Amino acid sequence: MAKVIDDPRPTAKERLNKTVESVQGSQAWNSIFRPGSIFRKGYTDSPRNRSYVIMNSVLYHLHPVKVKRHAVKVSYTLCLGGLSFFLFILLTVTGIFLMFFYRPEATAAWNDISSLQTSVAFGLLIRNMHRWGAHLMVLSVFLHMARVFYHGAYKPPREFNWVIGVVLLTLTLLLSFTGYLLPWDQLAMWAVAVGTNMMGYTPVFGSQVRFVLLGGVEIGSETLLRWYVLHVLMLPFVIVIFMAIHFWRVRKDGGISGPL
Amino acid sequence: MTEIPEHLLKRAQAARDKAAASSGDTAPAGGDAPASDPRIPAHLLERSKSARSKTDDGGAVAVADKVSAVVAAAPASGGVPVGAGPGGHTQRLLTVVKSGSIQDVKATPVDKVHTWPHLLAVEFVAALACTAFLFFFSIFVNAPLLQLANPNQTPNPSKAPWYFLGLQELLTMFHPMVAGVTIPGIALFALILAPYIDKNPSNKPEDRKFATSIMTVHLMFWAVLVMIGSFFRGPGFNFVFPWRDGLFFEL
Repeated sequence: MAKVIDDPRPTAKERLNKTVESVQGSQAWNSIFRPGSIFRKGYTDSPRNRSYVIMNSVLYHLHPVKVKRHAVKVSYTLCLGGLSFFLFILLTVTGIFLMFFYRPEATAAWNDISSLQTSVAFGLLIRNMHRWGAHLMVLSVFLHMARVFYHGAYKPPREFNWVIGVVLLTLTLLLSFTGYLLPWDQLAMWAVAVGTNMMGYTPVFGSQVRFVLLGGVEIGSETLLRWYVLHVLMLPFVIVIFMAIHFWRVRKDGGISGPL
Repeated sequence: MTEIPEHLLKRAQAARDKAAASSGDTAPAGGDAPASDPRIPAHLLERSKSARSKTDDGGAVAVADKVSAVVAAAPASGGVPVGAGPGGHTQRLLTVVKSGSIQDVKATPVDKVHTWPHLLAVEFVAALACTAFLFFFSIFVNAPLLQLANPNQTPNPSKAPWYFLGLQELLTMFHPMVAGVTIPGIALFALILAPYIDKNPSNKPEDRKFATSIMTVHLMFWAVLVMIGSFFRGPGFNFVFPWRDGLFFEL
Protein backbone atom coordinates (compact mmCIF):
# COMPACT_ATOMS: atom_id res chain seq x y z
CA MET A 1 0.00 0.00 0.00
CA ALA A 2 1.41 3.24 -1.04
CA LYS A 3 1.29 5.91 1.57
CA VAL A 4 0.06 9.24 0.40
CA ILE A 5 2.57 11.84 1.36
CA ASP A 6 0.73 15.01 2.14
CA ASP A 7 3.67 17.10 3.15
CA PRO A 8 6.63 17.31 0.84
CA ARG A 9 9.96 16.51 2.37
CA PRO A 10 11.24 19.62 4.24
CA THR A 11 13.94 21.45 2.38
CA ALA A 12 17.34 22.05 3.91
CA LYS A 13 16.39 25.65 4.56
CA GLU A 14 13.24 24.69 6.40
CA ARG A 15 15.10 22.19 8.52
CA LEU A 16 17.74 24.76 9.33
CA ASN A 17 15.10 27.28 10.34
CA LYS A 18 13.47 24.70 12.57
CA THR A 19 16.78 23.89 14.23
CA VAL A 20 17.57 27.55 14.78
CA GLU A 21 14.12 28.04 16.23
CA SER A 22 14.46 25.21 18.68
CA VAL A 23 17.96 26.25 19.75
CA GLN A 24 16.91 29.86 20.24
CA GLY A 25 13.86 28.73 22.18
CA SER A 26 15.83 26.57 24.57
CA GLN A 27 16.32 27.44 28.18
CA ALA A 28 20.11 27.31 27.90
CA TRP A 29 20.17 29.77 25.01
CA ASN A 30 17.87 32.21 26.78
CA SER A 31 19.92 31.99 29.95
CA ILE A 32 23.08 32.97 28.06
CA PHE A 33 21.75 35.79 25.89
CA ARG A 34 19.99 38.46 27.89
CA PRO A 35 17.10 40.49 26.51
CA GLY A 36 18.33 42.83 23.81
CA SER A 37 21.00 40.46 22.58
CA ILE A 38 20.89 40.30 18.81
CA PHE A 39 21.17 36.49 19.10
CA ARG A 40 17.96 36.20 21.08
CA LYS A 41 14.78 34.96 19.44
CA GLY A 42 12.65 37.73 18.03
CA TYR A 43 15.23 40.48 18.15
CA THR A 44 13.87 43.49 16.35
CA ASP A 45 15.47 46.82 15.70
CA SER A 46 13.46 48.86 18.19
CA PRO A 47 14.57 51.71 20.44
CA ARG A 48 13.99 49.45 23.42
CA ASN A 49 16.25 46.72 22.05
CA ARG A 50 18.87 49.25 20.99
CA SER A 51 19.03 50.33 24.62
CA TYR A 52 19.11 46.76 25.90
CA VAL A 53 22.04 45.88 23.61
CA ILE A 54 24.16 48.38 25.52
CA MET A 55 22.73 47.94 29.01
CA ASN A 56 22.75 44.15 29.02
CA SER A 57 26.23 43.61 27.66
CA VAL A 58 29.19 43.54 30.00
CA LEU A 59 31.45 44.80 27.23
CA TYR A 60 29.30 47.49 25.68
CA HIS A 61 28.00 49.01 28.89
CA LEU A 62 31.18 51.06 29.08
CA HIS A 63 29.09 53.19 26.74
CA PRO A 64 26.00 55.16 27.59
CA VAL A 65 22.81 54.01 25.85
CA LYS A 66 22.74 57.21 23.83
CA VAL A 67 25.52 59.52 22.74
CA LYS A 68 25.50 63.00 21.29
CA ARG A 69 24.98 62.97 17.56
CA HIS A 70 28.24 64.80 16.85
CA ALA A 71 30.18 62.31 18.99
CA VAL A 72 29.81 59.48 16.49
CA LYS A 73 31.49 61.49 13.76
CA VAL A 74 34.90 60.01 13.09
CA SER A 75 36.20 63.46 12.16
CA TYR A 76 35.72 64.66 15.75
CA THR A 77 37.59 62.03 17.78
CA LEU A 78 39.47 60.28 14.96
CA CYS A 79 38.84 57.20 17.15
CA LEU A 80 42.17 57.86 18.86
CA GLY A 81 41.15 57.19 22.45
CA GLY A 82 39.24 54.08 21.52
CA LEU A 83 42.09 52.83 19.35
CA SER A 84 44.55 53.35 22.19
CA PHE A 85 42.38 51.16 24.38
CA PHE A 86 41.95 48.63 21.59
CA LEU A 87 45.70 48.49 21.04
CA PHE A 88 46.13 47.91 24.77
CA ILE A 89 43.84 44.89 24.47
CA LEU A 90 45.73 43.62 21.40
CA LEU A 91 49.01 44.06 23.28
CA THR A 92 47.64 42.18 26.27
CA VAL A 93 46.58 39.26 24.09
CA THR A 94 49.81 39.07 22.11
CA GLY A 95 51.83 39.67 25.29
CA ILE A 96 50.22 36.71 27.03
CA PHE A 97 51.19 34.59 24.04
CA LEU A 98 54.79 35.79 24.27
CA MET A 99 54.94 35.05 28.00
CA PHE A 100 54.59 31.33 27.28
CA PHE A 101 57.97 31.31 25.55
CA TYR A 102 60.01 33.76 27.55
CA ARG A 103 62.18 33.54 30.68
CA PRO A 104 63.42 36.81 32.20
CA GLU A 105 66.99 35.68 32.80
CA ALA A 106 70.06 37.16 31.19
CA THR A 107 71.20 33.73 30.04
CA ALA A 108 67.87 32.68 28.54
CA ALA A 109 65.98 35.76 27.37
CA TRP A 110 67.67 36.38 24.03
CA ASN A 111 67.66 32.69 23.11
CA ASP A 112 63.98 32.44 23.98
CA ILE A 113 63.12 35.32 21.67
CA SER A 114 65.35 33.94 18.96
CA SER A 115 63.82 30.46 19.07
CA LEU A 116 60.35 31.98 19.38
CA GLN A 117 60.96 33.59 16.00
CA THR A 118 62.29 30.49 14.32
CA SER A 119 60.58 27.48 15.87
CA VAL A 120 57.22 28.60 17.31
CA ALA A 121 54.21 28.67 14.99
CA PHE A 122 53.25 32.32 14.43
CA GLY A 123 55.90 33.31 16.97
CA LEU A 124 57.55 35.85 14.71
CA LEU A 125 54.21 37.30 13.62
CA ILE A 126 52.93 37.70 17.18
CA ARG A 127 56.19 39.27 18.31
CA ASN A 128 56.05 41.71 15.40
CA MET A 129 52.48 42.59 16.23
CA HIS A 130 53.40 43.17 19.86
CA ARG A 131 56.32 45.39 18.95
CA TRP A 132 54.61 47.47 16.27
CA GLY A 133 51.43 47.62 18.31
CA ALA A 134 53.38 49.08 21.21
CA HIS A 135 54.89 51.82 19.05
CA LEU A 136 51.47 52.46 17.54
CA MET A 137 49.92 52.76 20.99
CA VAL A 138 52.49 55.34 22.10
CA LEU A 139 51.72 57.26 18.93
CA SER A 140 47.94 57.04 19.28
CA VAL A 141 48.04 58.10 22.95
CA PHE A 142 50.18 61.10 21.96
CA LEU A 143 47.79 62.04 19.17
CA HIS A 144 44.80 61.52 21.44
CA MET A 145 46.30 64.01 23.86
CA ALA A 146 46.88 66.53 21.07
CA ARG A 147 43.33 66.04 19.78
CA VAL A 148 41.86 66.60 23.25
CA PHE A 149 43.96 69.72 23.69
CA TYR A 150 43.00 71.24 20.37
CA HIS A 151 39.32 70.66 21.07
CA GLY A 152 39.63 72.33 24.46
CA ALA A 153 38.13 69.16 25.90
CA TYR A 154 40.12 69.49 29.13
CA LYS A 155 38.02 72.47 30.24
CA PRO A 156 35.59 72.24 33.15
CA PRO A 157 34.17 69.82 34.15
CA ARG A 158 36.84 67.62 32.54
CA GLU A 159 40.01 69.04 34.14
CA PHE A 160 40.72 66.05 36.33
CA ASN A 161 40.14 63.57 33.55
CA TRP A 162 42.87 65.37 31.61
CA VAL A 163 45.18 64.88 34.59
CA ILE A 164 44.38 61.17 34.60
CA GLY A 165 45.05 61.20 30.87
CA VAL A 166 48.54 62.63 31.44
CA VAL A 167 49.14 59.87 34.00
CA LEU A 168 48.01 57.34 31.39
CA LEU A 169 50.39 58.83 28.83
CA THR A 170 53.26 58.49 31.30
CA LEU A 171 52.28 54.93 32.12
CA THR A 172 52.10 54.10 28.42
CA LEU A 173 55.64 55.39 27.93
CA LEU A 174 56.84 53.40 30.95
CA LEU A 175 55.14 50.25 29.69
CA SER A 176 56.77 50.67 26.31
CA PHE A 177 60.16 51.45 27.84
CA THR A 178 60.12 48.47 30.24
CA GLY A 179 59.19 46.19 27.36
CA TYR A 180 62.09 47.57 25.34
CA LEU A 181 64.63 45.81 27.56
CA LEU A 182 63.10 42.36 27.46
CA PRO A 183 64.54 40.99 24.17
CA TRP A 184 67.95 41.46 25.83
CA ASP A 185 69.78 42.36 22.64
CA GLN A 186 72.24 45.17 22.08
CA LEU A 187 69.47 47.57 21.07
CA ALA A 188 67.46 46.85 24.23
CA MET A 189 70.34 46.97 26.66
CA TRP A 190 71.92 50.18 25.44
CA ALA A 191 68.64 52.04 24.93
CA VAL A 192 67.84 51.27 28.53
CA ALA A 193 71.35 52.22 29.60
CA VAL A 194 70.87 55.65 28.01
CA GLY A 195 67.44 56.03 29.61
CA THR A 196 68.43 54.97 33.10
CA ASN A 197 71.60 57.08 33.03
CA MET A 198 69.34 60.07 32.46
CA MET A 199 67.15 59.11 35.39
CA GLY A 200 70.31 58.82 37.46
CA TYR A 201 70.58 62.61 37.28
CA THR A 202 67.43 63.06 39.35
CA PRO A 203 68.36 65.62 41.98
CA VAL A 204 69.09 64.37 45.51
CA PHE A 205 68.09 60.70 45.01
CA GLY A 206 69.70 60.18 41.61
CA SER A 207 71.83 57.16 42.43
CA GLN A 208 69.11 55.61 44.59
CA VAL A 209 66.54 55.94 41.79
CA ARG A 210 68.97 54.32 39.41
CA PHE A 211 69.78 51.53 41.88
CA VAL A 212 66.11 50.72 42.42
CA LEU A 213 65.39 50.71 38.68
CA LEU A 214 68.36 48.54 37.79
CA GLY A 215 68.31 46.29 40.83
CA GLY A 216 72.04 46.93 41.13
CA VAL A 217 74.68 49.36 39.96
CA GLU A 218 74.55 48.25 36.37
CA ILE A 219 72.15 46.54 34.00
CA GLY A 220 72.04 42.79 34.57
CA SER A 221 69.84 39.82 35.29
CA GLU A 222 68.20 41.60 38.23
CA THR A 223 67.24 44.49 35.98
CA LEU A 224 65.67 42.09 33.54
CA LEU A 225 63.57 40.40 36.20
CA ARG A 226 62.56 43.73 37.68
CA TRP A 227 61.50 45.25 34.39
CA TYR A 228 59.75 42.06 33.36
CA VAL A 229 57.57 42.14 36.46
CA LEU A 230 56.93 45.84 35.92
CA HIS A 231 56.07 45.22 32.27
CA VAL A 232 53.79 42.22 32.53
CA LEU A 233 52.17 42.74 35.91
CA MET A 234 52.59 45.94 37.81
CA LEU A 235 52.28 48.61 35.14
CA PRO A 236 49.36 46.88 33.36
CA PHE A 237 47.64 46.56 36.73
CA VAL A 238 48.10 50.25 37.46
CA ILE A 239 47.19 51.40 33.97
CA VAL A 240 43.98 49.37 33.99
CA ILE A 241 42.91 51.09 37.20
CA PHE A 242 43.62 54.50 35.72
CA MET A 243 41.88 53.55 32.48
CA ALA A 244 38.80 52.52 34.44
CA ILE A 245 38.75 55.90 36.18
CA HIS A 246 39.39 57.66 32.86
CA PHE A 247 36.46 55.97 31.07
CA TRP A 248 34.18 56.37 34.08
CA ARG A 249 34.98 60.06 34.30
CA VAL A 250 34.23 60.54 30.60
CA ARG A 251 30.65 59.52 31.35
CA LYS A 252 30.38 61.28 34.70
CA ASP A 253 31.60 64.53 33.16
CA GLY A 254 28.73 64.48 30.69
CA GLY A 255 30.01 62.31 27.90
CA ILE A 256 32.33 63.32 25.17
CA SER A 257 33.11 67.05 24.82
CA GLY A 258 31.90 69.37 22.12
CA PRO A 259 30.50 70.16 19.68
CA LEU A 260 32.90 72.93 18.88
CA MET B 1 8.53 81.65 21.07
CA THR B 2 11.29 79.42 22.31
CA GLU B 3 13.22 77.11 20.08
CA ILE B 4 11.84 73.57 19.99
CA PRO B 5 14.62 70.97 19.70
CA GLU B 6 14.82 69.15 16.44
CA HIS B 7 14.29 65.68 17.87
CA LEU B 8 11.07 66.76 19.62
CA LEU B 9 9.75 68.19 16.39
CA LYS B 10 10.62 64.94 14.64
CA ARG B 11 8.87 62.93 17.31
CA ALA B 12 5.76 65.08 17.08
CA GLN B 13 5.73 64.78 13.30
CA ALA B 14 6.04 61.01 13.55
CA ALA B 15 3.17 60.85 16.05
CA ARG B 16 1.04 63.04 13.82
CA ASP B 17 1.70 60.89 10.77
CA LYS B 18 0.92 57.75 12.71
CA ALA B 19 -2.32 59.18 14.04
CA ALA B 20 -3.30 60.39 10.59
CA ALA B 21 -2.65 56.98 9.14
CA SER B 22 -4.65 55.15 11.81
CA SER B 23 -7.67 57.43 11.88
CA GLY B 24 -7.98 57.15 8.12
CA ASP B 25 -10.50 59.24 6.24
CA THR B 26 -12.28 60.60 9.32
CA ALA B 27 -9.36 62.88 10.08
CA PRO B 28 -8.52 65.80 7.90
CA ALA B 29 -5.20 65.81 6.13
CA GLY B 30 -2.74 65.25 8.94
CA GLY B 31 -0.34 67.91 9.93
CA ASP B 32 -2.11 70.95 8.52
CA ALA B 33 -3.81 72.30 11.58
CA PRO B 34 -1.01 71.54 14.06
CA ALA B 35 1.48 73.15 11.78
CA SER B 36 -0.53 76.35 11.93
CA ASP B 37 -0.25 76.46 15.71
CA PRO B 38 2.62 74.36 17.03
CA ARG B 39 1.94 75.39 20.63
CA ILE B 40 -0.97 72.97 20.91
CA PRO B 41 0.27 69.40 21.48
CA ALA B 42 -0.46 67.05 18.64
CA HIS B 43 -2.43 64.52 20.65
CA LEU B 44 -4.85 67.18 21.93
CA LEU B 45 -5.45 68.41 18.43
CA GLU B 46 -6.03 64.88 17.27
CA ARG B 47 -8.52 64.28 20.03
CA SER B 48 -10.48 67.38 19.25
CA LYS B 49 -10.37 66.66 15.57
CA SER B 50 -11.73 63.15 15.93
CA ALA B 51 -14.43 64.37 18.30
CA ARG B 52 -15.42 67.04 15.84
CA SER B 53 -15.73 64.56 13.02
CA LYS B 54 -17.88 62.21 15.08
CA THR B 55 -20.33 64.80 16.37
CA ASP B 56 -21.81 66.83 13.63
CA ASP B 57 -25.04 67.81 15.41
CA GLY B 58 -23.24 70.24 17.72
CA GLY B 59 -24.63 72.64 20.25
CA ALA B 60 -24.12 70.46 23.34
CA VAL B 61 -22.12 71.39 26.38
CA ALA B 62 -18.54 70.28 26.64
CA VAL B 63 -17.89 68.07 29.63
CA ALA B 64 -14.32 68.86 30.29
CA ASP B 65 -13.36 66.33 32.95
CA LYS B 66 -14.94 63.39 31.15
CA VAL B 67 -13.87 64.33 27.75
CA SER B 68 -11.72 61.33 26.98
CA ALA B 69 -14.45 58.92 28.05
CA VAL B 70 -16.97 60.84 26.00
CA VAL B 71 -14.85 60.84 22.93
CA ALA B 72 -14.15 57.15 23.25
CA ALA B 73 -17.75 56.20 23.90
CA ALA B 74 -19.49 58.78 21.77
CA PRO B 75 -20.87 56.57 18.97
CA ALA B 76 -22.08 53.85 21.33
CA SER B 77 -23.73 55.89 24.07
CA GLY B 78 -25.95 58.06 21.97
CA GLY B 79 -27.76 59.69 24.91
CA VAL B 80 -24.77 61.43 26.30
CA PRO B 81 -24.72 65.01 25.27
CA VAL B 82 -21.62 65.30 23.21
CA GLY B 83 -20.92 68.39 21.37
CA ALA B 84 -18.56 70.99 20.30
CA GLY B 85 -17.65 74.18 22.03
CA PRO B 86 -16.69 77.30 20.27
CA GLY B 87 -14.66 76.41 17.25
CA GLY B 88 -15.77 72.80 17.35
CA HIS B 89 -13.59 71.71 20.28
CA THR B 90 -15.00 69.33 22.83
CA GLN B 91 -12.84 71.01 25.41
CA ARG B 92 -11.09 74.24 25.41
CA LEU B 93 -7.40 74.44 25.64
CA LEU B 94 -6.78 77.11 28.23
CA THR B 95 -3.05 77.12 28.07
CA VAL B 96 -0.07 74.94 27.47
CA VAL B 97 2.37 75.39 30.31
CA LYS B 98 5.86 75.00 29.06
CA SER B 99 8.13 73.08 31.39
CA GLY B 100 10.59 75.91 31.69
CA SER B 101 8.08 78.29 33.24
CA ILE B 102 7.26 76.24 36.32
CA GLN B 103 10.26 73.96 36.61
CA ASP B 104 13.86 74.92 36.87
CA VAL B 105 15.18 72.88 34.00
CA LYS B 106 18.94 72.97 33.93
CA ALA B 107 19.63 70.46 31.21
CA THR B 108 18.66 71.49 27.72
CA PRO B 109 17.68 68.63 25.47
CA VAL B 110 20.57 67.39 23.37
CA ASP B 111 20.37 65.76 20.00
CA LYS B 112 21.37 62.17 20.70
CA VAL B 113 21.57 58.89 18.82
CA HIS B 114 21.60 55.32 20.03
CA THR B 115 25.05 53.94 20.75
CA TRP B 116 23.99 50.73 19.06
CA PRO B 117 24.27 50.75 16.10
CA HIS B 118 25.62 54.25 15.42
CA LEU B 119 28.72 54.31 17.64
CA LEU B 120 29.41 50.59 17.95
CA ALA B 121 29.51 50.19 14.17
CA VAL B 122 32.10 52.95 13.87
CA GLU B 123 34.17 51.47 16.68
CA PHE B 124 33.98 48.02 15.18
CA VAL B 125 35.20 49.20 11.80
CA ALA B 126 38.01 51.21 13.41
CA ALA B 127 39.14 48.23 15.48
CA LEU B 128 39.01 45.98 12.46
CA ALA B 129 41.01 48.41 10.33
CA CYS B 130 43.58 48.79 13.10
CA THR B 131 43.94 45.02 13.48
CA ALA B 132 44.26 44.55 9.75
CA PHE B 133 46.89 47.25 9.47
CA LEU B 134 48.92 45.80 12.35
CA PHE B 135 48.56 42.28 11.00
CA PHE B 136 49.76 43.05 7.49
CA PHE B 137 52.48 45.40 8.67
CA SER B 138 53.75 42.63 10.96
CA ILE B 139 53.73 40.12 8.13
CA PHE B 140 55.98 42.30 5.97
CA VAL B 141 58.18 44.09 8.52
CA ASN B 142 60.06 42.19 11.19
CA ALA B 143 60.80 43.58 14.63
CA PRO B 144 64.53 44.05 15.17
CA LEU B 145 66.50 41.52 17.19
CA LEU B 146 70.18 42.44 17.28
CA GLN B 147 73.08 40.56 18.80
CA LEU B 148 72.89 39.26 22.36
CA ALA B 149 73.36 42.06 24.90
CA ASN B 150 77.01 42.62 25.68
CA PRO B 151 77.91 45.05 28.46
CA ASN B 152 81.49 45.28 27.19
CA GLN B 153 80.63 46.46 23.71
CA THR B 154 78.87 49.79 23.43
CA PRO B 155 77.18 50.21 20.06
CA ASN B 156 77.90 53.49 18.35
CA PRO B 157 75.60 55.33 18.45
CA SER B 158 73.48 53.98 21.28
CA LYS B 159 70.06 55.51 21.20
CA ALA B 160 67.06 55.50 23.51
CA PRO B 161 63.61 54.47 22.21
CA TRP B 162 62.26 57.03 19.73
CA TYR B 163 59.92 58.75 22.16
CA PHE B 164 62.90 59.55 24.41
CA LEU B 165 65.16 60.70 21.57
CA GLY B 166 64.01 64.28 22.07
CA LEU B 167 65.43 64.08 25.58
CA GLN B 168 68.62 62.51 24.30
CA GLU B 169 68.87 65.32 21.79
CA LEU B 170 68.53 67.82 24.64
CA LEU B 171 71.46 66.07 26.30
CA THR B 172 73.71 67.45 23.58
CA MET B 173 72.71 70.99 24.60
CA PHE B 174 72.25 70.92 28.36
CA HIS B 175 73.59 69.37 31.50
CA PRO B 176 72.11 65.88 31.96
CA MET B 177 70.11 66.98 34.97
CA VAL B 178 68.46 69.77 32.99
CA ALA B 179 67.87 67.66 29.89
CA GLY B 180 66.88 64.42 31.58
CA VAL B 181 64.96 65.59 34.63
CA THR B 182 64.20 69.30 34.77
CA ILE B 183 62.84 69.90 31.27
CA PRO B 184 60.71 66.73 31.02
CA GLY B 185 59.58 67.30 34.61
CA ILE B 186 58.46 70.84 33.83
CA ALA B 187 56.79 69.66 30.63
CA LEU B 188 54.85 66.96 32.45
CA PHE B 189 53.90 69.35 35.21
CA ALA B 190 52.76 71.98 32.73
CA LEU B 191 50.64 69.38 30.94
CA ILE B 192 48.98 68.33 34.18
CA LEU B 193 48.30 71.96 35.12
CA ALA B 194 47.06 72.98 31.66
CA PRO B 195 43.33 72.86 32.51
CA TYR B 196 43.92 74.91 35.65
CA ILE B 197 46.11 77.49 33.92
CA ASP B 198 43.84 77.93 30.91
CA LYS B 199 40.92 79.94 32.30
CA ASN B 200 39.37 80.65 28.92
CA PRO B 201 35.92 79.00 29.07
CA SER B 202 35.43 78.71 25.30
CA ASN B 203 36.27 75.62 23.30
CA LYS B 204 35.91 77.37 19.95
CA PRO B 205 39.16 77.31 17.99
CA GLU B 206 38.75 80.98 17.06
CA ASP B 207 38.68 81.95 20.76
CA ARG B 208 41.69 79.87 21.69
CA LYS B 209 44.35 81.11 19.33
CA PHE B 210 46.88 81.64 22.11
CA ALA B 211 46.47 78.19 23.66
CA THR B 212 46.51 76.55 20.25
CA SER B 213 49.67 78.37 19.22
CA ILE B 214 51.52 77.61 22.46
CA MET B 215 50.67 73.91 22.20
CA THR B 216 51.54 73.74 18.51
CA VAL B 217 54.90 75.43 19.07
CA HIS B 218 55.78 72.97 21.83
CA LEU B 219 54.57 69.92 19.93
CA MET B 220 56.51 70.98 16.84
CA PHE B 221 59.59 71.72 18.93
CA TRP B 222 59.31 68.25 20.41
CA ALA B 223 58.66 66.54 17.09
CA VAL B 224 61.66 68.25 15.49
CA LEU B 225 63.92 67.19 18.37
CA VAL B 226 62.70 63.60 18.10
CA MET B 227 63.26 63.60 14.35
CA ILE B 228 66.74 65.06 14.63
CA GLY B 229 67.60 62.54 17.34
CA SER B 230 66.15 59.70 15.27
CA PHE B 231 67.40 60.39 11.76
CA PHE B 232 70.13 63.02 11.92
CA ARG B 233 72.39 61.58 14.60
CA GLY B 234 75.08 59.09 13.75
CA PRO B 235 78.19 57.64 15.38
CA GLY B 236 79.21 59.57 18.47
CA PHE B 237 75.76 61.17 18.30
CA ASN B 238 77.21 63.57 15.74
CA PHE B 239 75.03 65.28 13.17
CA VAL B 240 74.62 63.29 9.94
CA PHE B 241 72.41 63.47 6.90
CA PRO B 242 70.49 60.20 6.51
CA TRP B 243 70.58 60.42 2.69
CA ARG B 244 74.37 60.80 2.72
CA ASP B 245 75.59 58.78 5.71
CA GLY B 246 72.79 56.26 6.13
CA LEU B 247 70.23 55.69 8.82
CA PHE B 248 71.23 55.04 12.42
CA PHE B 249 67.84 54.22 13.78
CA GLU B 250 66.14 51.09 15.07
CA LEU B 251 62.57 50.91 16.31
